[in-house]
Amino acid sequence: MTETVRTERAGARWLTVAAWRGLFRDRPIIPLLGLLGVLMVVSELVRPGIVSTQWLGAMVRGAVPLAILAGCQTLAMITGGIDLSVGAVASMSGFVVATFVSSPGGWPVGLAVALVAAILAGLVTGIGVGVFRVHPLIMTLGMSFVVLGLANVWQLVKVQAGGGVPPELRWLGSASVAEIVPYSLLVFVPVAVLILLILRRTGYGRLLYAIGDNPIAARLSGARAWQVLITLYVLSAVLAAIAGFVLTGLTNVASVTLADSAVLPSVAAAVIGGTSIMGGRGGYGGTMVGALILTVISSLLSSLGYPEAVRQVLFGAIIVAVAAAYTRVTAEA
Amino acid sequence: MTATAGTVETAGAQPTEALARWARRNAWSLGLLAFFAALLVFTKFIQPSYGVTGVQGLAISVLPLALAAVAQAIVVISGGIDLSIGSMMALTNVVAASLMLGRSDEFAVVVVVGVLLLGLVLGAVNGALVVLTRVPDIVVTLAMSFVWAGCALLVLKTPGGGSAQWLKDLVLGPLGNEWIPKAAIVLVLIVGLIWWAVRRSRFGLSLYAIGSNQLAAFRSGVSVGRAKVFAYALTGLFAAFAGLSLTASTGIGNPLSGSYTLQSVAAVVLGGVSLAGGRGGAFGPIVAVLILALLRTDMTFLNLNPNLATSAQGIILIGVVMVGTLFQIRRGRP
Repeated sequence: MTETVRTERAGARWLTVAAWRGLFRDRPIIPLLGLLGVLMVVSELVRPGIVSTQWLGAMVRGAVPLAILAGCQTLAMITGGIDLSVGAVASMSGFVVATFVSSPGGWPVGLAVALVAAILAGLVTGIGVGVFRVHPLIMTLGMSFVVLGLANVWQLVKVQAGGGVPPELRWLGSASVAEIVPYSLLVFVPVAVLILLILRRTGYGRLLYAIGDNPIAARLSGARAWQVLITLYVLSAVLAAIAGFVLTGLTNVASVTLADSAVLPSVAAAVIGGTSIMGGRGGYGGTMVGALILTVISSLLSSLGYPEAVRQVLFGAIIVAVAAAYTRVTAEA
Repeated sequence: MTATAGTVETAGAQPTEALARWARRNAWSLGLLAFFAALLVFTKFIQPSYGVTGVQGLAISVLPLALAAVAQAIVVISGGIDLSIGSMMALTNVVAASLMLGRSDEFAVVVVVGVLLLGLVLGAVNGALVVLTRVPDIVVTLAMSFVWAGCALLVLKTPGGGSAQWLKDLVLGPLGNEWIPKAAIVLVLIVGLIWWAVRRSRFGLSLYAIGSNQLAAFRSGVSVGRAKVFAYALTGLFAAFAGLSLTASTGIGNPLSGSYTLQSVAAVVLGGVSLAGGRGGAFGPIVAVLILALLRTDMTFLNLNPNLATSAQGIILIGVVMVGTLFQIRRGRP
C-alpha cells in the first residue's frame, strides 16, 4: 500500500518496484517470455549454434504434451482444485489406442474407446468433487489408482492380441513439416485456442474463476458449482486423453505408466505460468510459456551433459525460485 | 488443552463415561481396527494356511509405508501436505545403504543416527522454504521432491549398497513368540515414543492449533512459522525412519523406491486425518496401511487379478472420503 503511494509521488517514473510488481501480477507472460529468451541465449552460449529453427521445432514438439496436461492443471487450479489423474488417464488413452491396432476397426475404434473411457473417468471425478465435495486432491488421486488398475487389467486381457503405436499417432506426435513445424500443432493449436477462449470469452470461464476465487460468493450469486465442476473434470480428462495420444506418438511407447512422470511437471508448468494453486488467478498463456520453459531447461541441462540427477535437483530449485518470486511480487501487502 | 486434559482426568472418576468419551473421540480408528480384525478373520477363512508367515510378511512389508504414513499424518495435521516424503525416503535409504556397505557395526550406529539427523534437516529445509517463500506447501514440497530425488540419484545411481547385520536383525523375524514380528515392535516403539512425547509437548499442541485455525493460533501466541518448520522437520525424521526401514528390510539402497508419497496421502486420509488439518492422529493411518496391504494379499488369495487391487484401493479411498463428507454435510459442517 505504502509502495503505491510512493510511486504516485515519484510521478511518471515507470521503472519502479510497484510498476514491476504490476507487470508480474497482471501480465506474467511478459517476464516469462523474457526468462525463455534468457534460457535460449544461455543455450546458445554454452552450445554455440544449437539454437536453430529445427531446435525450436524440437522444443515445441517436446512441449506440446506437457502443455496440454498443464492446461488440465490450469483449468482445475483456477477453481482451486488440482487434477492428479491426468497422468493415468493420458497413459491409459495412449495405451488403449495401441492395443486396438491389430483388431478389426483398427486404431480409430481404439481412439473412440479411449475417449469414452476418459470421459467416464472425468465424469466420476467431477461428480465426486462437485456433488460429494470430495477434496480434488483425494478424488483425482483415487481416480488415478482406479484408472491405472483397470488399464493393467486391460493390458492382461489384450496381451495376446498384440499391438503397437499406430503410424498415424507417430506421425502426429513426432513428425514435422520440413523438420521444423511439428504436426502436433494440428492438435495443440485448436486445444490452446479452445482453452484460451473458454477462460477469456465465455461465461463458463468466468464461473471457473468465480468458484476458485470465492466459492461462497459464487454460490450466492447463483453459480451452480457442481455443474461447473463436472464439466471441468470431464474437459480435463478429454484433454489428458489427447495429450496421451500425442505423447504416445512422440515417444513411440505405449505403456500404462507412460505419462506418470509428466504429472508433477504439468503442475509445475502451470505454477510457473502464474496460475495460483489457491484458485481464482491465472491463465493459459503463462502456462504454455511455462511448459516451454521447462522443456528448454531440461534440454539445456542434458545438452550440458549433466546427469539426470543434477537435472532433477535444478528443476526443483528453479520451480521453488520462480514460485517464490511470484508470491513475492503478487503478495498484496 | 490443559483444561481438556483436566476434564478428562476428573471424568476418570466415572470410568465408563471416560471410556465412552475416549471411544467417541477415537471412533474412526477403532472402526478401522475392527475392520482390520474382521479382514484378518476373513483372510484366515479363505486361506486356512494363512498364519505365522503371513503375519510376519505383512508386518515387514508395511513397515516403510506405515512410517511414511505417520510422517504424512504429522504434516497434514499441521494443515500442510508433504509431497516429498517418497523422495526423502529414497535419499535417506541410499545414504544409509551406501555408507554402511562393508563397514563395521559400530560405524553403522553412527550412520543410523546421522541419517535420522539428515531426515530432520531435509524436513526442516522443506518447512523453512514453505514459511519463508510463502509459496503454497503443495508446490514447495512438489518441487523439493525433485531435488531430494535428484540427490538420491547422485548418491547412488543404481540399487546397491548394504546394510549392517544388526539393522536387518532389528526388523526381520519374530521376537519371543513367533506371532510377534520384530517389525511391529519397532513400529510401535518408534511411533509410540516419539508421537507420545510430541502430543504431550507444547509443540504437539501448537501442531494441532495451527492445523485447525492458523489465525486463532497466531492470536493465542503460537509462533506459527516455528511450529510449521517443526512439523516438517518431524515429518522428515519419520521419512528418515521409513528410509532406514527400507534399508533394513531390503538390505540395499534403491534411489527409485516405489510410490510412497501418494500412498501415504491415501493412507492418511483413510486413517481419519482431515486434509483440512487439525484433526486425526498417528494410529489411524497405520491401521489404514495394514488394511490396504491385507486387502492386496486377499485379492491374490481369491485369485483375483492383483492389478485390480490398485483400482480397489482407489475406490476405497474415494468411497470412504465420500461417505465421510456426506456425513459432514448432513451435520451441517461444510
